[in-house]
Amino acid sequence: MSGRKVLKRIDWLTVLFYLLLVGIGWVNIYSSTFSENSSSFFDFSQLYGKQLLFIGLSLISIVIVLTLEAGFYERFSSILYIISMVLLLGLFVFGKTIAGATSWYDLGFFNFQPSELAKVATALALAKYLSDIQTDIKKGKDQLYAFLIILIPVFLIIPQPDPGSALVFFSLVFVLFREGLPLYYMGLAVLGVLVFIFTLMFGTIWVGIGLALIIALFLLLKKASFKVPIAPLLGIFVISIVFSLSVNFVFNNVFEQRHRDRFSLWLRLEKDPDKLEQIRKTIGYNTYQSEKAIESGGFFGKGFLEGTRTKGDFVPEQHTDYIFTTVGEEWGFLGTSIVIVLFTMLLLRLVFLAERQKSDFSRMYGYGVISILLIHYFINIGMVIGVLPTIGIPLPFFSYGGSGLLGFTVLLFIFLKLDANRLNEWS
Amino acid sequence: MKKILLSSIIVLIGITFIGRLSYLQIFSFSPDQVLEDPAIKAIYDYPERGYIYDRYGKLLVGNDPAYDVMVIPREVKPLDTLEFCNLLGIEKDRFIEKLRKARIYSPRLPSVLVPQLSKEDYAMLQEKMRKYEGFYIQKRSLRYYDTKAAANVLGYIREVNERDLRKNPYYVQGELTGGRGVEQQYEEILRGRKGVQYIQKDRFNRDIGPYKGGILDTLPEQGKEISLTLDKELQEYGELLMHGKRGGIVAIEPLSGEILAMISGPTYDPALLVGRERSKNYSKLHYDTIAKPLFDRSISAEGSPGSPFKILNALVALQEGAIQPRTTFRCYNGFYVGSTKRGCHCGGGIRNLNSGIYKSCNAYFAGTFRKVYEQFPTTDEGQDVWEKHIKSFGLGDFLGYDLPTGRPGRIPGKAYYDKWYGDNRWASSYIISNAIGQGEVAVTPVQLANMTAAIANRGYYYTPHILKKIEGEDISIPQYVQPKYTTIDKEHFEPIIKGMADVYKKGTARWVQVPGIEIAGKTGTVENFTKIDTVRTQLTDHSVFVAFAPVESPKIALAVYIENGYYGSRYAGHIASLLIEKYLKREITRKDLEKRMLEKTLEHEYAKPYSGEEFKINEYVW
Repeated sequence: MSGRKVLKRIDWLTVLFYLLLVGIGWVNIYSSTFSENSSSFFDFSQLYGKQLLFIGLSLISIVIVLTLEAGFYERFSSILYIISMVLLLGLFVFGKTIAGATSWYDLGFFNFQPSELAKVATALALAKYLSDIQTDIKKGKDQLYAFLIILIPVFLIIPQPDPGSALVFFSLVFVLFREGLPLYYMGLAVLGVLVFIFTLMFGTIWVGIGLALIIALFLLLKKASFKVPIAPLLGIFVISIVFSLSVNFVFNNVFEQRHRDRFSLWLRLEKDPDKLEQIRKTIGYNTYQSEKAIESGGFFGKGFLEGTRTKGDFVPEQHTDYIFTTVGEEWGFLGTSIVIVLFTMLLLRLVFLAERQKSDFSRMYGYGVISILLIHYFINIGMVIGVLPTIGIPLPFFSYGGSGLLGFTVLLFIFLKLDANRLNEWS
Repeated sequence: MKKILLSSIIVLIGITFIGRLSYLQIFSFSPDQVLEDPAIKAIYDYPERGYIYDRYGKLLVGNDPAYDVMVIPREVKPLDTLEFCNLLGIEKDRFIEKLRKARIYSPRLPSVLVPQLSKEDYAMLQEKMRKYEGFYIQKRSLRYYDTKAAANVLGYIREVNERDLRKNPYYVQGELTGGRGVEQQYEEILRGRKGVQYIQKDRFNRDIGPYKGGILDTLPEQGKEISLTLDKELQEYGELLMHGKRGGIVAIEPLSGEILAMISGPTYDPALLVGRERSKNYSKLHYDTIAKPLFDRSISAEGSPGSPFKILNALVALQEGAIQPRTTFRCYNGFYVGSTKRGCHCGGGIRNLNSGIYKSCNAYFAGTFRKVYEQFPTTDEGQDVWEKHIKSFGLGDFLGYDLPTGRPGRIPGKAYYDKWYGDNRWASSYIISNAIGQGEVAVTPVQLANMTAAIANRGYYYTPHILKKIEGEDISIPQYVQPKYTTIDKEHFEPIIKGMADVYKKGTARWVQVPGIEIAGKTGTVENFTKIDTVRTQLTDHSVFVAFAPVESPKIALAVYIENGYYGSRYAGHIASLLIEKYLKREITRKDLEKRMLEKTLEHEYAKPYSGEEFKINEYVW
């Protein structure tokens, strides 16, 4: 397929969303790293200048991604996966440590983070495996393999340590659900998370009472013809209670104080104002400052380059993980909701594109892309606005960082390439 | 189901985020964030406080520059401590301790090292200051008093407290405000408005430039100068006369309500509450619970008015037609209430209105008082009418003058006595003491002076006030420039004033005449009691005198209340006559009397209740 055809068939709406997000992201990086004595946008000694360079590199990578044969990605997915796993392994020997995490290769002009590549590779590999004619996701053995593909990078990344990036891979289970993994897996996972949270907030007894009430309600409302699954219900109930009890134990005995503090902060468990103040100054400092900065933006924001807390560097890591606070402070509710709407539209558009794929591989890969973008977006903004505990992962297309931007760009545009190519396939 | 699962999750997340953001940015947002923002620091520029002048333009209060030596601990470089300490005039240990405290407060922010250097020290230090890095001199302005008088009228400057901060958002912790007196009353006029400069800070609290290019910054607005109605010379002279005596004096110009002098004794030098010794001095004054120098007796001391109150009763009786000027009562060196005899010092005999006043006959006024109540079918009605008339002279409630302290005094109404005796279970004989200004009535010196001014004006008064001009413009506050009329008709004042003039000519105050000035006055000798170890004990009478002069075109009306000064003309009368002479003639001809009043003190009287010994009262020692 010639380059002109790609340009004709590529989904321009997605490209537009992409460009808008990258553009808005850069404006905010400029604002949060700008200082009075730097003049040019292209000052590469400044972070915003470097980011401009990375944006240029990303645009070049787009050209490369689109030029390559569509089939290449499916064919080479396994090799790519193996390469990226090797690169992750190699970090244990050659890795460069930044801020306590050995997650980078020092390439001289920039630091390369192989976990970004691994995200793309894993999404490809998973799609490749699942789309294989012999794979049946309903089978236990195939489920195991699928999970293994997801878990290998997780186990390689956790010791870096970079729990945030490791967490991202779990989002790929959405692909499995789309492809037929029974939904009660998700039901159980959601139940587990809910029991965990409610146990911390209200204690085991209330969780037990709540569960019993829900089950009773369920039995009351059941249809006459419906056979009551007494045993599984009872099983779930007992397991939940045991889990709830173990949550208490783990929370108090296995977790370290800093973990406990994160959860207390998130779930507003700490009521003592003195201790709360203490948490705010230490572990909750980022969250508190970012919430305050966003709040101070009000409806219209303080204006470009007018964010006082941004200028004063009150929010640490503001140009990377906390870039959204700059949007909140300088552009106000107007700016933040536009960014949320853009992300939502991009993701929904991608779902639409994925569903229209004729090739299983393309669809599955598409789902992989959506899952990865979604979890980044969800956890990052959730953390910044204080609805999720602090987990350090970047906001796609927004946060400062070369590997990240390149990784997300390649991830997205491989899918756009596949999408543009969908009519050439005849499966 | 599977196809829409992910889409629903995406939409749900979007809605959650927007919900949370609208909570943060719309509902929690408050527009005055600038003040709470840790990234913005406001630096204030304080204008000079307005000067205060007397009615003739003489300076009362001005400003003096003061110099604080400041330190920013982080920027301090090794220095010759000994030499620097010598320059500052403090010991080395103290210097090191101060520096340590400053560092604890903040290494980056300035602290005061040595407050309020004298001008001489400053001149010496200024040249060498640049040798000492991390130290600098900050200029500020302190109140300077060009008089030792009027401390309670002027008030003082103090640091704002929690209540001020809650009440008025203008103030910031550590700022100064007026306390009491004129400084408090006219705080906003004198203070002006501080200028503010917003500075953008980083999280280390370093300046990184003006906030928003300085568009929110404001320039300071100068404080305005004001003129008071006080006559500085009269005020100072009055305070000299008050030496060693307790009580209050208020002099008013009847035709304007302007307060010419407002003296409380004992008082203090206003300069005591400025500068390095302020808090020590303040504690000393504040904890002097016997002499109470911070208690402004001229507006806050409530006491029985004594005989001057008889004049009001006479006016009420004339107005209600209960007596005529020629109506007479017989004095039996006293009068009878039921079978009890109450005393009188007038000498006895037949008394009419004129002699009743100038001889201050208790029997005459008791009779008059009864006759007023006899005009009405019930005591209640009589009491209502009496109360209405008396209150029209500004008694029994806050007068409305422009000073922040004061007391309402008390003019009892029927409800007061119903509570005391029971409904309908009292009559004029129960409250006969009110006839001679003893009983339940209570007044402050300023109320007495105002009452006298109303009599001098023959039936109206202007609310007494202390503010005359703002920036040279006469005030036009309606409350102070519109007359308030009493309920007594003009014609009833003439016989009364005739009686008051006779007090001077041939009555109880004939010993205090001022050559060439015709004065109308009324003496008062007020019985008073205290409790010593729970035993009700009578003390030497208070000496009270009210007067105005000249009789035909009054220029000054005043009330003098000297605690435990014995009979009315003894202290109060003399002091009043000296003040009138001073004000009208600007010089004193009766040097002997002046000398006596300046020298004599009543400290021996005030010591009596605390002596723990038996003591005599009303001793005639001259």
